[in-house]
Amino acid sequence: MDLAPAILAYLVTAVLVLGLAWRIAKFMRAPVGLPIAVTPAPRTSAGVAWRLTKEVLVFASLFQSNKWTWFFGWIFHAALALVLLRHLRYFLEPVPTWVLWLQPWGRYAGFAMVFGLLGLWARRLLVARVRFISTPSDHLMLLLLGLIGFSGLMMSFVIHTDLIALKRFTLGLFTFEWSALPGGPLLVHLLAVGVLLMIVPVSKLLHVPGVFLSPSRARADTGRRPVARREGA
Amino acid sequence: MATPSFAVPALAEESLPPPLQPGAMAHSKPYVANKAIQEALDYPGELVSDWHDRALTKLAEILKRNRALQVYLDACVHCGACTDKCHYFLGTGDPRNMPVARQELLRSVYRRHFTLPGKLFGSLVGAQELTKERLEEWYSYFYQCSECRRCSVFCPYGIDTAEFTMAAREVLNTVGMGQKYANEIIGKVHRIGNNLGLPGPALIDTLEGLEEDVKEETGAEVRFPIDQQGAEVLLVTPSADFFAEPHVESLIGYAKVFHAAGISWTLSSHASEAGNFGLFTGNEAQMQKISQRVREAVLELGVKRIVVGECGHAWRVAYNYWQKLIGPFDFLDPRYPVPQHICEFTHELIERQALVFDKEANDHRIITFHDSCNVARASSMGKVPGGQFELPRAIIRAVANHFHEMAPDTIREKTFCCGGGGGLLTDELLELRVKGASPRMNALKQVVDHHQVNFMATICAICKAQFSKVLPMYGFEMGMVGGVHQLVSTAIRLGRNCE
Repeated sequence: MDLAPAILAYLVTAVLVLGLAWRIAKFMRAPVGLPIAVTPAPRTSAGVAWRLTKEVLVFASLFQSNKWTWFFGWIFHAALALVLLRHLRYFLEPVPTWVLWLQPWGRYAGFAMVFGLLGLWARRLLVARVRFISTPSDHLMLLLLGLIGFSGLMMSFVIHTDLIALKRFTLGLFTFEWSALPGGPLLVHLLAVGVLLMIVPVSKLLHVPGVFLSPSRARADTGRRPVARREGA
Repeated sequence: MATPSFAVPALAEESLPPPLQPGAMAHSKPYVANKAIQEALDYPGELVSDWHDRALTKLAEILKRNRALQVYLDACVHCGACTDKCHYFLGTGDPRNMPVARQELLRSVYRRHFTLPGKLFGSLVGAQELTKERLEEWYSYFYQCSECRRCSVFCPYGIDTAEFTMAAREVLNTVGMGQKYANEIIGKVHRIGNNLGLPGPALIDTLEGLEEDVKEETGAEVRFPIDQQGAEVLLVTPSADFFAEPHVESLIGYAKVFHAAGISWTLSSHASEAGNFGLFTGNEAQMQKISQRVREAVLELGVKRIVVGECGHAWRVAYNYWQKLIGPFDFLDPRYPVPQHICEFTHELIERQALVFDKEANDHRIITFHDSCNVARASSMGKVPGGQFELPRAIIRAVANHFHEMAPDTIREKTFCCGGGGGLLTDELLELRVKGASPRMNALKQVVDHHQVNFMATICAICKAQFSKVLPMYGFEMGMVGGVHQLVSTAIRLGRNCE
């Protein structure tokens, strides 16, 4: 039996987890220094939590900036979230009821995800300002995500994969009982996912931890708050 | 005034994104600081031969101590939300003035020298070697950012271009490419105590003159005390307030408020400057050294409260950094925050009904309010977030009858910079300043046309100076701009209302 898929899966996971931990630790090691909350900012941590919740769930700032980018961006991310939750069924046994309940939504969310991606890509190509700031890697990132979405939809709706075999493979990864991975579009799908996860720690995908670590947003306004006596003051 | 060698943008109803004109502002650069100016701040006097390595070492050092910059460098997804938000882009069409494109000048170097993909794949991820040309580009475009933070409001991650600008300027300083305007001024503060280089005797003279003027005009004995031991309040205000128009009108306003409220106050010849140009390069040591004069004055004069005059970036530094840089102030009157803004001071007196106004005295004015960027987006006032918007407006409404807001997308946290902030208020950058003012001028034009507005109040010395210069170029009256306390000064009743 070919062990390569299992080895790759472990490798990808290790790169993702360790890489991300290393990057986040690096961010956290750098001091925030002088406060730079963009005001009006909440003055309490509960207020900051609410500010971030709005940013993460409804992209509040982006909504103010540009309705098209917000529309495509939000659709893509919300659909991706649904799709990811749906994918829990390939990793959990027994499958929780709420994941089963999500199943039909998650299947069709794949279309919304690809739709959002195409909208974002269209902006990158058609709006001169956004085209100017796009690097080749920005396009490749969209290509990669598009490939993942498209191959996923193919499996859902056109060329079905042997899900029993797939689940035996994924569960086997946890118990070190390796089994064969079914072929077809699944290989394209998983290869693309692997590449995406491996570049998380070294690419703009760091915006995910970034949104929680950005000192202008994720910090309370502490202006004029007395601080401890400084050395020599 | 000499005719400008560039076209002043035509006024429009809205500030729509212009067509891209790459390189349109590549020629715009401030004068380079000379050896004497640089060395006074411990920077090299001219471009050092090992600029490449020194620049990267400095950048590494900044990254190590600045989480914000690290996160911002890595988190940007190039979504383009900020691309039409900068007044300098809207006014010039130069795509390098789009906030993300400005950031890329630094980010590309970071990628090339500090990240694995940048080292391996180079141009695929937009990485670029730090070259002499790149350094020149930095010198041009990081002096086309007024650090106003409008882009940050619209960014999904709050990425603040000002942090890039400060870092790049500090790197440029370190390799010997300092900016004459800001560095010369910082040197003056260290030597003399204020940005304008006004020595103590000149200040005393000016203040005596003001006392006579106010006496003549109102008959009241309004005092302008300086270095007064044991006064209740130390007022720290931008030095432009001492003699520039319209700034001085606000200084007269502060004095009248103190007089009417019967609260003793003093200026300080040692700390005769609220401004702190150390902010513009994010240099904490300079910021600390400049601020330290305030602490020294507080201790020397034995005051109980500190109040800061109308100045945007000064208030950012005072509000956010004084406690950390020159605190603690546990020996001052604990009933008041340290420091207080003059608007908070006046507003509190108004709330207590300790001041009486003849609002009709301002009836010849139809007023709008320009939120200054550092007050709006980098500080606060009062007890709740957003007080920095409400308090100045409440004061205006208390002292005048006619007030109209400009368009909602151009005020409060979405306010447009005057075009002269962040160390750009210098004549060789006039083209940039005039073009960068166009979004504000467009918004002003709307309220002028629809509400016959003839006075734009603001609480920033840089805004006042910048608008005095550019308003006439757009066909407005120079005297249209003035301080909130200029309005207070006009309407306040002196003498009969002390409690």
